[in-house]
Amino acid sequence: MAAYILRRVLWGVVLLVLVSLLTFVVFYVLPSADPAQLRAGRNADPATLAQIRANLGLDRPLTAQYWTFLTQALLHANLGYSYFSQASVGSLLVDRLPATISLTLGAIVIWVLVAVPLGVVSAVRRGTWVDKLTTGGALLGISVPVYWLGLVALYLFASDIGKFPLLPGAGSYVPLTDDPWKWLTSLILPWLVLASTFTAVYARLLRGNMIEVLSEDYVRTARAKGLSERRVVWRHALRAAVTPLVTLAGLDVGLLLGGAVLTETVFGIPGIGRLNYDAIVHADYPVIQGTVLLAAFFVIVANIVVDVAYAYLDPRVRTA
Amino acid sequence: MSVGAPGLLAQEERYEHDFETGVARSPWQLFWRRLRSDRVALAALGVIVALVLVAVLAPLVVKLAGAPGPNVQDRNATDVFGTPLGPSGGHWFGVDPLGRDVFSRTVYGARVSLLVGVVGTGVAVLLGVAVGLVAGYYRGWVDTLLSRLVDVVLSFPVLLLGIGIASACSLGKGCVGGAVTPGVRTVILVVALVSWTSIARIVRGQVLSLREREFVVAARSLGASNRRIVVREILPNLTAPIIVYSSLLLPQTILLEAALSFLGVGVSPPTASWGWMIADASDNFDTQWWYMVFPGAALLLTVLAFNLLGDGLRDALDPRAER
Repeated sequence: MAAYILRRVLWGVVLLVLVSLLTFVVFYVLPSADPAQLRAGRNADPATLAQIRANLGLDRPLTAQYWTFLTQALLHANLGYSYFSQASVGSLLVDRLPATISLTLGAIVIWVLVAVPLGVVSAVRRGTWVDKLTTGGALLGISVPVYWLGLVALYLFASDIGKFPLLPGAGSYVPLTDDPWKWLTSLILPWLVLASTFTAVYARLLRGNMIEVLSEDYVRTARAKGLSERRVVWRHALRAAVTPLVTLAGLDVGLLLGGAVLTETVFGIPGIGRLNYDAIVHADYPVIQGTVLLAAFFVIVANIVVDVAYAYLDPRVRTA
Repeated sequence: MSVGAPGLLAQEERYEHDFETGVARSPWQLFWRRLRSDRVALAALGVIVALVLVAVLAPLVVKLAGAPGPNVQDRNATDVFGTPLGPSGGHWFGVDPLGRDVFSRTVYGARVSLLVGVVGTGVAVLLGVAVGLVAGYYRGWVDTLLSRLVDVVLSFPVLLLGIGIASACSLGKGCVGGAVTPGVRTVILVVALVSWTSIARIVRGQVLSLREREFVVAARSLGASNRRIVVREILPNLTAPIIVYSSLLLPQTILLEAALSFLGVGVSPPTASWGWMIADASDNFDTQWWYMVFPGAALLLTVLAFNLLGDGLRDALDPRAER
């Protein structure tokens, strides 16, 4: 088991290096904008531009730039400094992380609490109005663009502009440590909006899996030996139906922790996604590299956690 | 996203017997019969056909509706303060802050959405199928290399990757020394580059098991070349899963294009795009709700129709996955 985990972690580190290389290629080699130009303004003379480039280290060969980044990141845990605010990328990430984590965790709670009962009930009561309502709603949920749903939610319920001003609107996020109550209320709309897509996706998948599992022999056996229907459905069948979804959910959580750009944009939440997006617009390469690596880190960790949990539950996986 | 439908995978040419009429039917005949009886899927198909017609005949549709073109700025459609006016007889969906007709722009927006959706999905599927076939068939180091490549792309946050490539190629002179210039083609490229991985994984898994089957072994022992085995023996057995996953990928692609345009790195402004319109509307949507509502509703309707059709295709191709 230890060897398995070690192998996964080592591959994870290699994967991170490869992602950083890909980021480097995408953002440095296909430059969207010249950061020196952006800093110097429109009418900068060539000498100033060259000076700025030299200051930022942009005049050095690309391989040397990447090597510096890599050795600094791996050996000193230093991700560099923003071209614009001069703040260290690490501190920027630490600043933004709480907002992203708050957004993600709340959305997960809602999506699990809603998707699991919906998926189970619509599978058990297949063809009834509960099922039709669930499958219909889930289809809407997977089809709606999340940012549009966010705008509609703000239009309807935001306290500043909404027709039914119930909840704080865009840009009202406050850190948990400042004011827990405001933190909670300001995040309710974003949580609901972000959770809607995931709830829909997982309710659909769970329903499909449940229908399949409920026709298995062991479910019939469980019924035959006189277990209550509730026990059969919620203990025996659900456990089997939910397991394959855990992998997917792990990946999705990893993805979300890397920043929900669209939701953060609509609701003005200062998270990782927004940080990355602004960095891309401003050609702030070190920040881009940092945010992408953080996002990839979460995905990779989520992958490892899920796989290790699987290997723990099912010894056959380890040898595969 | 895996949708887990093992039944439709690896369908050999298996004729089923219809016990009522005593007629043997090929899998494709069965498929058509099932799809024809699925009213929801047929309705979705109808909506999609209508959308395609609207997109192709956009100038005609706009003319018939008596609306101005998508880039015509109507000064009379804003009030004295320059605030755009809402839906009226002359402008069914109101006008945007520049006085352009929202109906007309929504109609033209269908062009970008469908074009990027269809072509982007097509390119992604071609790429994914090719990678999956090669990785699954040759195994060994080729498989390791390609699978690791998929791992890297999958650990890369998709939207961020898209934003990165799109912003690199959508501004100024384009990227890779001007080889990729801004515009719809860039968006298609971006969408394809971030979407091919799931298909590649699915195809690879299928090929790994198909290549051990008797008919492949038989073809090989008859001296068939690798190329012939892959193209004539394995690929036909992948038709059903490829159709299903393409149809489920298409709405995702449309949403991705809209998301990129919403973030300002998709199709460039003068061209009407639903995502861009929603972003543009988000500044003043509390008063000018129409500018936000109509493009969003059009996007929702389109994606919904494709999702419904995708579900229908899956059910029709996979008799085991009952609804």
